[in-house]
Amino acid sequence: MKIMVAVKRVVDYAVKIRVKPDKTGVETQNVKMSMNPFCEIALEEALRIRESGLASEVVAVSVGPAQCVDTLRTGLAMGADRGIHVEFKDGLNPLSVAKVLRALVEAEKPGLLILGKQAIDDDCNQTGQMLAGLLKWPQGTFASKVTLDKEKRVATVDREVDGGIETVLLDLPAVITTDLRLNQPRYATLPNIMKAKSKVIKKYTPEDLNVEIKSDLEVLQVTEPPKRKAGVVVSSVNELIDKLKNEARVI
Amino acid sequence: MLLAGSGHSLQEAAANAVSCHPSVSKVLVADSDRFIHPLAEPWAKLIQLVQQRENFSHIVVASGSFGKNILPRAAALLDVSPVTDVIGISESTTFVRPIYAGNALCTVRYTGAHPCMLTIRSTSFQVQPYSTDSKAHKAPISQVDLSTFEEADTIGKSQYVKLTSQDSERPDLGNSRIVVTGGRGLKSAENFKMLEKLAEKLGAAVGATRAAVDAGFVPNDLQVGQTGKIVAPELYMAFGVSGAIQHLAGMRDSKVIVAVNRDADAPIFQVNSLSLSLSLGYLMGTEIKDSSCGFILNANGYKSS
Repeated sequence: MKIMVAVKRVVDYAVKIRVKPDKTGVETQNVKMSMNPFCEIALEEALRIRESGLASEVVAVSVGPAQCVDTLRTGLAMGADRGIHVEFKDGLNPLSVAKVLRALVEAEKPGLLILGKQAIDDDCNQTGQMLAGLLKWPQGTFASKVTLDKEKRVATVDREVDGGIETVLLDLPAVITTDLRLNQPRYATLPNIMKAKSKVIKKYTPEDLNVEIKSDLEVLQVTEPPKRKAGVVVSSVNELIDKLKNEARVI
Repeated sequence: MLLAGSGHSLQEAAANAVSCHPSVSKVLVADSDRFIHPLAEPWAKLIQLVQQRENFSHIVVASGSFGKNILPRAAALLDVSPVTDVIGISESTTFVRPIYAGNALCTVRYTGAHPCMLTIRSTSFQVQPYSTDSKAHKAPISQVDLSTFEEADTIGKSQYVKLTSQDSERPDLGNSRIVVTGGRGLKSAENFKMLEKLAEKLGAAVGATRAAVDAGFVPNDLQVGQTGKIVAPELYMAFGVSGAIQHLAGMRDSKVIVAVNRDADAPIFQVNSLSLSLSLGYLMGTEIKDSSCGFILNANGYKSS
């Protein structure tokens, strides 16, 4: 069985972002970029499934500008067998990405799709669900545990939901999106980084895949959130309780 | 409003829905075993079916784990880009949503055809008080015709197995007026028990950072943060929480934030209203003692590092 993993290149999670003064977006020039943490977890899960003998190949895919190739190389260094880059300059929304991925699924015919549950830049949390809808495959989102039964061709997925952990059983092929606790991604070792240089990254454009990128969302502006008033340091518990009771009146 | 489920509890919910708010003009009820559990596949198909018949201008769901799971799938079936996690509405198709863990706000306009689909963050919208007298307008109930509801074109099925949850008498984290959160600084599940006692005295919900959940101090449904629950209580007390960006994303809209931490340089002090730098055991012991119940906790229960 082939597993396809979609990965996104985003601003590194530790970077303190700045909103551009012209309010058109967030400053991304000269800012450290990395693979989205949830995508790393997705790739790690795929690799573990392959290493357990339940899959034969892990294909990493990225949709976006030319630099996505860097993210794919990291994925290959972690252990993905090959990469696919669908090049598109800017302004992709999740629905368009889902349509591109659907076209790739039709070409590659994987038995399982694993995506990160959300990207830490736009925080949309949509692409996996949309892709599953377009493919009419079952979905297991916010996965904290995945167990495959190859014989029965099902996946048991534990999902992190508001009330606790929900367990669902999905027929394969299925789409799974990963939550933080699913696994701890491996670091790419130096020998694997070297090996990755000779692994193949195939390039497409959306036109090659007969996907029309249209946008029904327009970003009007990006602003900073309102600042909170400065805090006050108190020196004793009594003072804290007094302020909470009598000033803020919250207890 | 669209309600789906099966049997008695569905009928009860419908009976409540008809007069739950003066703006409700119709309650659609989809009664089938398919909807007993919150599975995305039948729910998304239901939304598509209802939309194709009724042609609503907007479809809105709360941005909890249920809404986040089903709405994007429904949007893809309807070939629409949804706007998720909306915290403000500027115009009928213009919305504000947080990006980069809430460190920036994006104003976005939906420019496509009907329906405009959104998930909204409940904590950002107040429920307006209104009178509920017995003569209150009751909306009519309409059963959704499911005779043509086919999932035949769905390739493969999903099956609900179980929900594992903590039974708790404490208020729900998402709705509570006061939230008391513990972070990695609490150092053990034992120390979390102290926090739980404080929460009991204050009638508060208990929250946790990702670090505390990862360390096994508490279960995952207590996690507050960018990828956990978003809360905006009147009082948020953070004990032993450093204040990582991803945690702040989940609670920065709280009215009053109290931070208790031995590290005076912790990032949480950027957003707090009141801060206290003391060893946790001492604080919680005294705090619990001073709450009007007169309960005394051994303040040496917490070992400082």
